[in-house]
Amino acid sequence: MNMDEHTQHIETLKPPATQGVVPWMKENLFSTWFNTLLTGLAIVFLYVILKGILTWVFTEANWQVIPANLQLFTVGTYPRAEIWRVWCILTLLSALVGISAGIWRGLTFRVSVGIACVLLCLAVLPFELTTRAGFLGCALLMAAAFSLIHFTKQWHPGSQLRHWILGTWVLSFPVMMVTLHGFGENAVPTTNWGGLLLTLILAVVGIVLCFPLGVLLAIGRRSSLPAIKWASTVYIETIRGVPLITILFMANLIIPIFLPDVELDKVLRAMMGITFFSAAYMAENVRGGLQSIPRGQYEAAQAVGLNYRKTMQYIVLPQALRSVIPTIVGQFIALFKDTSLVTIIGLLDLLGIARGVMSNPDWLGLQAEIYLFAAGIYFTFCYAMSYISRQIEAALGVDTD
Amino acid sequence: MLTEKETDTENREPIIVCEDVHKWYDDFHVLKGITTSFQKGERAVICGPSGSGKSTFIRTINRLEEHQRGRILVDGIELTNDLRNIDIIRREVGMVFQQFNLFPHLTNLQNITLGPVRVKKMPKSEAENMALALLERVDIQEQAHKFPAEISGGQQQRVAIARALAMEPKIMLFDEPTSALDPEMISEVLDVMRELARSGMTMLVVTHEMGFAREVADRVLFFDEGVIIEDAPPADFFDNPQSERTKLFISQTLQH
Amino acid sequence: MDETKNGTAEHIAQTQKIPFWRDVRVLRVLFQVLFLGGIVLLAALLYTNMLRGLDKLGVTLDVAFWNEDNFLQNEAGFAISEGIRYTPADSYMRAFWVGVVNTLKVSVIGIACATLLGLFAGVTRLSKNWLISNIAAAYVECFRNIPLLLQILFWYAIIRKLPRVRESLDFFGGVFINQRGIYLPAPQPTSGLKMWGIFLGIGLIIAVILYIVRWRQLQQMELPGFRAKWALPAFLAVAVLGWFLTQPTPLTLDLPVLQRFNFEGGMSLSAEFAALLIGLVVYTGAFIAEIVRAGIQAVAKGQREAAKSVGLNDAQTLRLVVLPQAIPIIVPPVTSQYLNLAKNSSLAIAVGFPDLFSIGETMMNQTGQSIPVFGLIMASYLIMSLTTSAAMNWYNQRLHINRTGR
Repeated sequence: MNMDEHTQHIETLKPPATQGVVPWMKENLFSTWFNTLLTGLAIVFLYVILKGILTWVFTEANWQVIPANLQLFTVGTYPRAEIWRVWCILTLLSALVGISAGIWRGLTFRVSVGIACVLLCLAVLPFELTTRAGFLGCALLMAAAFSLIHFTKQWHPGSQLRHWILGTWVLSFPVMMVTLHGFGENAVPTTNWGGLLLTLILAVVGIVLCFPLGVLLAIGRRSSLPAIKWASTVYIETIRGVPLITILFMANLIIPIFLPDVELDKVLRAMMGITFFSAAYMAENVRGGLQSIPRGQYEAAQAVGLNYRKTMQYIVLPQALRSVIPTIVGQFIALFKDTSLVTIIGLLDLLGIARGVMSNPDWLGLQAEIYLFAAGIYFTFCYAMSYISRQIEAALGVDTD
Repeated sequence: MLTEKETDTENREPIIVCEDVHKWYDDFHVLKGITTSFQKGERAVICGPSGSGKSTFIRTINRLEEHQRGRILVDGIELTNDLRNIDIIRREVGMVFQQFNLFPHLTNLQNITLGPVRVKKMPKSEAENMALALLERVDIQEQAHKFPAEISGGQQQRVAIARALAMEPKIMLFDEPTSALDPEMISEVLDVMRELARSGMTMLVVTHEMGFAREVADRVLFFDEGVIIEDAPPADFFDNPQSERTKLFISQTLQH
Repeated sequence: MDETKNGTAEHIAQTQKIPFWRDVRVLRVLFQVLFLGGIVLLAALLYTNMLRGLDKLGVTLDVAFWNEDNFLQNEAGFAISEGIRYTPADSYMRAFWVGVVNTLKVSVIGIACATLLGLFAGVTRLSKNWLISNIAAAYVECFRNIPLLLQILFWYAIIRKLPRVRESLDFFGGVFINQRGIYLPAPQPTSGLKMWGIFLGIGLIIAVILYIVRWRQLQQMELPGFRAKWALPAFLAVAVLGWFLTQPTPLTLDLPVLQRFNFEGGMSLSAEFAALLIGLVVYTGAFIAEIVRAGIQAVAKGQREAAKSVGLNDAQTLRLVVLPQAIPIIVPPVTSQYLNLAKNSSLAIAVGFPDLFSIGETMMNQTGQSIPVFGLIMASYLIMSLTTSAAMNWYNQRLHINRTGR
């Protein structure tokens, strides 16, 4: 109160006008003659580019092809009668994300907001009305689940619920795969999985399955046992030295030679290739985290009596993995983009479906439109994820300070 | 020649025995044949210039460093490549580090309960009660649920002492426990160490705190270039040092 | 002292024998032996499986590359659309080599262009001009977040939509763009080149002398300064003078000329090559721009302020203070982008540019020798990657020595 009274007596001077449009422009666009020249050039450049693009987009392009094939783009040739399974998964995921956001809040909450935004973006696309309602519904469900947990916080014990939800997350992964594939007569073979659905599945499977392998390789590369160190190093450097496409071809052509008695599904082989590939990159990321743990932490753990495994499990890995979360999100973004390479080995992911639609005689000559649409989807997802990654980075930065 | 203190310790059992301990870092000879022993309940202060091998020496006692020649026995168990012996000895020897080395991702309480729960398989509630009692003993019970980064250096070092005590060790090693602290926090840590000394704990303390040595120690060992130059009760050590090297060191340290 | 020694002797028990399952050293060896054994076992299993698998396919493994009757020595029999001299009658080995050279070509040109684009965009991104920096930001965000394969296919589709050869887009009568690719004028040496070379040599000698003189002078005056201040203009003057004195002009421009089916003469970039190159450059350039921006920003603000406070102007601050500190930060991640670009050039297969991977794939299809060909492909990429990282490590070490040496 005292402070307020004091400040009232002192006349506060406003800083010299930097607000307002004109001063802002003067400051940021026309501060020197050189700056003015740059601004002029930029305006001409933008005019030429935007005029060209906008004229094409609004007058010349034929966007009919997008709404007509929207379902193909999202789920590929997944049978119409079975699409409810995809909805089940989406519902489950939305609920889980909402609940997790309610429990952990903070970072998880921000991530869930990002996911909700993507759902809302999908709801804006010209799907059938029921589909759009479905996306909207999922977003609402997420919000509802969040509020439920958030506002009943005082009535349920936190840690118990946390364990349950973590368990559900781990379990949900195989459950979703099984739901998608199904059994017996109603089974939907992976050849019918396609579009954005397949792209997402490949990326998520890749990052989830490569994680344990990557952690083991990272620990192996830092091992004091030469045999294990060298084996890990050779694996990591070999994989990182060759392009993903060679690994995918290898999965496609060589795995059948090495496993002549097993009939492996094409999508499964691609998943194996992607997993083995991203494990090497994951290993390097995790190694970066391990290197950031000071020696004193190992020594203190030993002094308390923890053996090597327990030191890793309770002291080193929790800290190392936490510090590499942003890098792992970055790797996930890269992997999400890289899954488009499965098009080359003939899978119908988002890009593959796009190429398929192009070769449909009804839509000949519409490459630019279709590619741009696919690019837009990839961009939305990647941009959302890099936004999330920046949030995580900021949150971790604040915590470690 | 025998003072009363020494006759006293004569009857006790030696708990640490070192015989001709050598250690090399690559070609650098850090420890050049250390032979000594410490009795149960003895408080020894080890001092010496930096690089004299004093830290390395106490780190060999719980095998953070491996000695390459000679023998070390702790409570009758020899430190060898035997996994079981190393495990047993690490449980019996607590250690406090210069940089505290608390686990930043765990709360102060969890830092203390980690050892008892994960190594000794103590029930969690029991471990927590013990941890709270230890925190009270080092006088920071109110910080139990904070993270190490949220408390001061002196408080962190006291948590680190509590963490080491939680394993109910027979011996406590202190590796320059106050060197990384701001001057005003040194005394709070030394107070805890004094209390510990009064309780009869066997303590090996590497430190430059000569006041502490004079007041608390039974013995002061002076290390230089990997050998023990002087080993005497504090009164003799400070007032009547035998070697020139020790005299120089004492005069420099006290001036400082 | 003697007393204590006697005292200890009683207490030291004889060193017991350690059971091997508790001995750290034995365990370390044992663990590694088991691990290697596991690997060998797995390899053996895969090997026998492979033999069975190949049997099923009716292929015999032919990895004896040194033998004269190895499949690599056989006639390839397929045509390659571009690259160094090659006919279908040449061997598979030669075909593969064409692919290697094509990969190196697209990688080297791509790296050079991507570096320029990335540097430009990165510096632009830091411009004080709001509009300019946001255009650069839009470029970076846009092209980083779209899969490279999609971009390459998109550029290819765009190029294929361009006018046909007869209706080529004509820029200044020398540059033609059509759906088959881009046609550029190429410099053509003439008999005058030798004469001009002599002029250049003389110019160089004069430049070196002037450089040394200037250097001495600066040293004597104990002034910092631009040592090539005299040498550079002198060299340029001699070069220009020589250019006009020499008859005939040392280099002429060979213009592409429309013949019956296509353009002849000049330089040409095929549509496939152009699409691949544009895709690689634009994509990698976006990443390099980010690295450059981050690198320059990582140089602490205090450094810039200190430079200003000792009276350096903006350009001097950049040249003398910021860049020397930013470059060590920038170089390692940029190198890994170069490697990415080289590896990503394998996406050539999607547009049909004959790089080493797509030629390798054709070879696999024709010979059925997928395993040895895969070995060749992976070895080629690994050699490129490993030599680059070795060079990188060497550079880093040198940089480190230079910095700590001072």
